[in-house]
Amino acid sequence: MQHVSPIREPLVTGGKTYHDITEDVCRQVEAKPNVRWAAALAVALVGLAIFLYSVYRTLWYGIGEWGLNKTVGWAWDITNFVWWVGIGHAGTLISAILLLFRQKWRTSINRAAEAMTIFAVICAAMFPVLHMGRPWLAYWVLPLPNTFGSLWVNFNSPLLWDVFAISTYFSVSLVFWYIGLIPDFATIRDRATGPIARRAYSILSMGWTGSAKAWSRYETVSLILAGLATPLVLSVHTIVSMDFATSVIPGWHTTIFPPYFVAGAIFSGFAMVLTLMIITRKVFFLEHYITLEHVESMNKVIILTGSIVGIAYTTEFFIAWYSGVEYEQYAFINRAFGPYWWAYWSMMTCNVITPQLFWFRKIRRSLTATFIISIFVNIGMWFERFVIIVTSLHRDYLPSSWAMFSPTIIDIGIYVGTIGLFFTLFLLFCKYFPVVNMAEVKAILKSSSEVKHHHTSHAKSMHGTAPESNTNTHHSNE
Amino acid sequence: MNKKFVLGIYDDEDVLLEAIENVRAAGTKIYDVFSPYPVHGIDDVLGIKRSRLPIVAFFCGLFGTSFALWMQIWMLGFDWPMIIGGKPHISLPAFIPVTFELTVLCAAFGMVITFFIVSRLKPSTKVNVFDKRSTDDKFVMAIEVKEGVTDMSALNNLLRNNGAIEVNEKEVIK
Repeated sequence: MQHVSPIREPLVTGGKTYHDITEDVCRQVEAKPNVRWAAALAVALVGLAIFLYSVYRTLWYGIGEWGLNKTVGWAWDITNFVWWVGIGHAGTLISAILLLFRQKWRTSINRAAEAMTIFAVICAAMFPVLHMGRPWLAYWVLPLPNTFGSLWVNFNSPLLWDVFAISTYFSVSLVFWYIGLIPDFATIRDRATGPIARRAYSILSMGWTGSAKAWSRYETVSLILAGLATPLVLSVHTIVSMDFATSVIPGWHTTIFPPYFVAGAIFSGFAMVLTLMIITRKVFFLEHYITLEHVESMNKVIILTGSIVGIAYTTEFFIAWYSGVEYEQYAFINRAFGPYWWAYWSMMTCNVITPQLFWFRKIRRSLTATFIISIFVNIGMWFERFVIIVTSLHRDYLPSSWAMFSPTIIDIGIYVGTIGLFFTLFLLFCKYFPVVNMAEVKAILKSSSEVKHHHTSHAKSMHGTAPESNTNTHHSNE
Repeated sequence: MNKKFVLGIYDDEDVLLEAIENVRAAGTKIYDVFSPYPVHGIDDVLGIKRSRLPIVAFFCGLFGTSFALWMQIWMLGFDWPMIIGGKPHISLPAFIPVTFELTVLCAAFGMVITFFIVSRLKPSTKVNVFDKRSTDDKFVMAIEVKEGVTDMSALNNLLRNNGAIEVNEKEVIK
């Protein structure tokens, strides 16, 4: 249907047909890898090698390879853990919450964003596991009776809640992502020419035929999974924030943490989605599917969550003063003007000031500006986690134990290495999986694209309603 | 046993919905409809009943809740009671996060596994797709042909008159 709404811009531009969508998305799966992709993969593999070497050093020589000391017992490891988990949140938010809100603009970006979630959670999980020092005993966090008898894990501990939260989040996100991939794998299977590709995508597509009954169940499953994933997203970062909030360290022991961490997670996640999508659309020629409209919508989410984060910083400061607790007051003065002032002000600049530029429509719709700001937000959110963790720990109640933290080369290696791991996984995903959810984009094509369809008048006269409203009414019955 | 099908190919979802209604009104039983994406409103015209998967999800979730609560209460309250942070053995508020996570986990996995079973989805290399274009850009309506009963030319006309761009025949070896 031709796009008629005067308020909303088309979500798919360029007058695409259903077949064009299949062609455009399958092209990069079917074509030989291009040079740019191979070059990017090579860089990512260097990062992966750094990761493996740093992990080897950590495991062979122990956690002493890290810059941790008696006072600062958590530093880059937990900073990176919280940062990566936060980045993961945008994927589930886009696929679950925006699905429940019937936001059609999610369809072009949800696939890549969900992949980002999976890979970010894998990167995140590396840190607590490595921090255990003996990852081969990681199964001790499960409620299994240990070798000494029936002593159980401590269900009162937020660190154990994390185990359940992260593993549930990872597995449910993985299933959600995979369910969405099945119909698209079927499309690739039916187009495949080589025997290996046909075999591989046949297995991956689970014998999907696209029958009406299967679609009906598929939609029910997607909707319920979205309903389950929505509180899950909020719970995961809430629980992560409780790792800090249930302690008695000044600067950590605050009730604002759960909502503040969740907002920060969505903020950093959307920034990472933007960083990735701006590159992906260019590399894979998906400009007609991931349009300026999509970028603008995501930038609006960034303004909202960025402002929430800014309010949270101010509130923390106010409450520290208002509480009248001198330790709490000192913790915050120390954050802003103590030895880690540069981290605090980097955080403030990147997270509070920069995203406010998106109030200007010109900046919101500029790809270059968006890309730069999204990088700033990623950096700012890393500093936020660093500030919370390190500045709170390095000076606690007892001045005699005050210390500074500086990372070792291994600390830096693991962090840079997880970025390599992330991009290795993401690049492999881009090449072998459909980056855009074809089935969902096809489903919104009639109502939200520029395409002119020859059945327009026919359909209108038959149903007596515009197809747009037709789609919506049926949607709500499922 | 071989089964024979007549396939009506459509290229527009609204035409398809109209056609399904008319074909069913003409007394012809539709075997199945295949589409590249979920067509909204097709459940009503095809007479597909609402899925009971939400009920499955609910009961799996309920199992998750009860299992998680039982596990934590039994482990920390009865099997090996310990005082941690001055809290009672059965400190329900502290058990909520794990209970919530297991509820979601069981509901999601229970529902998805049921979905795979009832939709007969499993990793396999042999797939019977009636018309490969149905995963690309065409909508395919399949009608089973009963030897000696089905009037082929009437069926052909019925489909063509309702907007089918092609009518094909296909034999499937069962």
